Amino acid sequence: MAQKRREMLIDPLVDNNPITLQVLGICSALAVTSSLQVAFVMSIAVTFVTAFSSMFISIIRNHIPGSIRIIVQMVIIASLVILVDQVLKAYAFEISKTLSVFVGLIITNCIVMGRAEAFAMKNPPLDSFIDGVGNGLGYGLILMLVGIIRELFGSGSLFGITILETVNNGGWYVPNGLLLLPPSAFFIIGLLIWAFRAWKPEQVEEREFKIQNVEAH
Amino acid sequence: MEGLLSLAVKAIFVENLALSFFLGMCTFIAVSKKISTAIGLGISVMIVQSITVPANNLILTHLLSPGALAWAGFEEVDLTFLGLISYIGVIAALVQILEMVLDKYFPPLYNALGVFLPLITVNCAILGGSLFMVERGYDFAESVTYGVSSGFGWALAITAMAGVREKLKYSDIPDGLQGLGITFITAGLMAMAFMSFSGVKL
Repeated sequence: MAQKRREMLIDPLVDNNPITLQVLGICSALAVTSSLQVAFVMSIAVTFVTAFSSMFISIIRNHIPGSIRIIVQMVIIASLVILVDQVLKAYAFEISKTLSVFVGLIITNCIVMGRAEAFAMKNPPLDSFIDGVGNGLGYGLILMLVGIIRELFGSGSLFGITILETVNNGGWYVPNGLLLLPPSAFFIIGLLIWAFRAWKPEQVEEREFKIQNVEAH
Repeated sequence: MEGLLSLAVKAIFVENLALSFFLGMCTFIAVSKKISTAIGLGISVMIVQSITVPANNLILTHLLSPGALAWAGFEEVDLTFLGLISYIGVIAALVQILEMVLDKYFPPLYNALGVFLPLITVNCAILGGSLFMVERGYDFAESVTYGVSSGFGWALAITAMAGVREKLKYSDIPDGLQGLGITFITAGLMAMAFMSFSGVKL
C-alpha cells in the first residue's frame, strides 16, 4: 500500500506530468513564469488547492448527485481559491499584485477540475489527497523549470538575487530581453516537452500522416 | 465613443486574451486541430463572453462592491471577497441557460455549438475576462465592449491557429516535437506576430 502511494506521488512528476502529457493547466504555467518567486508562490497555491479540493470532494463523493457534480466541485474549489487569495492579499500583497487575475484563475485551472473528476470521484480521501499533491508538484516542477530559465537568462537573477551581473549594472552579461516577453514561455515549454520526450520515447505522439520514402526509378 | 473604440482594438489585438495573457490555453491547444471546430468554439466563446462580462459587471456594482447594498439597508457591507465564487456561479448558470435556450429556439445552432458549451464553463478566458473587468474597473458600457471584443480576439486567435495546424500536420517534424511540442512553438511564433500590434493606438 505504501509502495502504491509513493508511486502516486512520483508518477505525475515525469511519467504522467499534467502539463507536458495531460495538457492541463497551461494558461497559468505560461503567464506567471517570468520570475521565479512568483512561479514558486503559484506552484504552492495550486498544489494546496488541488490537494485539498481532491480530498474534500472525495470525502463527499458518495453524496454528490451525478447531474450537479460539476457545480458542487466548482463551489469547493472556488472556496479554497478565495482562501488562498485572501491569505496572499494579507501576507504577500506585492506578489498578489503581480499574480493579478491568475490566482482567481486557479478555479478554472484544468488540473484541479481534471483530478477532481478523474480521480477524487472514485477514490478514498487519503489517496485523493496524495494524488492532488503529486499533480500539484508535477505542475510546480515545470513552472519552476521555466521560471529558472526565464529569470536567469532574462534578467540575470534567481529569486531576485543577482547571479549573472548584467551590463547595465556594470557586469558582463547581456540579458536576453525576449525571455521576459510572453512568447518565450511557449518556446521554452515546447522545447521542454521535446526534452522530456527524447528522454522518455514512449510519450511521443503518433503521426497523423507518415512520410513515405518513394524509391527513385 | 472613441474611448470604447480604442478599448475594442486593444482587447482584440494588443491584449489578445489567448496570445498575450495565455487564457483559455487548454482548449486553445486541444480544440484547434480543424478550422471548422475552431470557428464553432470561437463563436461560442464570443457569445458567452459578451453576456458574462456585462452580467458580472452588474453583479459587482449592484451587489458586491462596498456600499452597493445600501438600497437594502446594509450600508457598510463589503462583499468583494465573494467575487470569485459569484463570477464562476454566474458563468456556469449562464452557460447552462444559454444551452437550454439554444436547444429550444435555435436547434441548428445548438447542434453546431452544443458540444463546446459545457467546455466553456471551465475556459479560463471567460473567467479571466470578468476578472480583468473587475481589476481595471470598467463601467457598464466599457464592459460590454470589452466582452464582445475580447471574445472576438480569442476566436480570431484560435481560428488562425487551426489554419496553421491543418497545414502543419503534413510536415516532417522531429519525433519528440510531434503534436504538443510543435503546437506550443507555433503558438509562440503567433504570439510574437501579435506583439507587433503593441504600438498601435487609436
